[in-house]
Amino acid sequence: MAAQTKRELPGLGLSVALTAILMAAAGYAALYIAPTERTMGQIQRIFYMHMPSGINAFIAFFIAFIANIVYLVKRSPKADWLAVSAAEVGLALISVMLITGPIWAKPVWGVWWVWDARLTSTFVLWVMYVSYLLLRGLIDDPERKAIVSAVYGIFAFLDVPLVYMSTRWFRTQHPAPVVFGGPNSGLAPRMSEVLGFCMVAFAALMLIMLRLRYKVEEMRHEVMELEMDAAQLSPELLPASGD
Amino acid sequence: MKNLGSVMAAYLASWAIFFVYYWSVGRRVSRLRDDVERLKSTLTKTSRP
Repeated sequence: MAAQTKRELPGLGLSVALTAILMAAAGYAALYIAPTERTMGQIQRIFYMHMPSGINAFIAFFIAFIANIVYLVKRSPKADWLAVSAAEVGLALISVMLITGPIWAKPVWGVWWVWDARLTSTFVLWVMYVSYLLLRGLIDDPERKAIVSAVYGIFAFLDVPLVYMSTRWFRTQHPAPVVFGGPNSGLAPRMSEVLGFCMVAFAALMLIMLRLRYKVEEMRHEVMELEMDAAQLSPELLPASGD
Repeated sequence: MKNLGSVMAAYLASWAIFFVYYWSVGRRVSRLRDDVERLKSTLTKTSRP
């Protein structure tokens, strides 16, 4: 990213570097420090990327959910910017979960994918947030776009508790949760430590991506205001870039 | 070391998604910054008496 953006976002370079180091350390911990799981063997190490990406996607979607409610109550454009930013970051993270899951499933279950409650509800969640972003692209008027997408975003979030609870409510091919999963669940202490570290690394990544993505919305707003000023002074100067 | 290839594939795919996403956001910021500069210079030129 260019130097000017770094000036616009103080500490960006340092934050990105620290997050990259954290993520590299998390990868190292998952591959070399975490013990090998007795039943599944090496393939279980995907867990340290699969679960933190999913949990942080849920956190990002929750941020979007709250921002959508705030937008509908206060009509604050900043809430709309935060909502779309968090939704997009959550989508990137849930995509990681959806890609790592089948790679893990194939050697363990013998199939890449099954349409059980957990996998289906996660796929539906992914589709809903892709639709959320597509929907925003279809509406030109900024206020109408914000209102429609806020309502849709609140509706889309309703799938998150369903994904989380699906392995508890339904019989699924996907295993029961090992964290907060009840009396017979749990991880070996070293596995828990590595998982906790990976969660922190992914949370840092989620926050830095969210800050950057929010900057895009701020700049879009600035461009719109400048275009309006330019149109008032000299209408033939428009249209500007379609971004 | 069974399935280590699958583990590596999962990690590489995840990193690829993060890199592509970071690159796409960076590109959008860069384009918008160009737009801001262009519009600011246009406004400065237009508003000159």
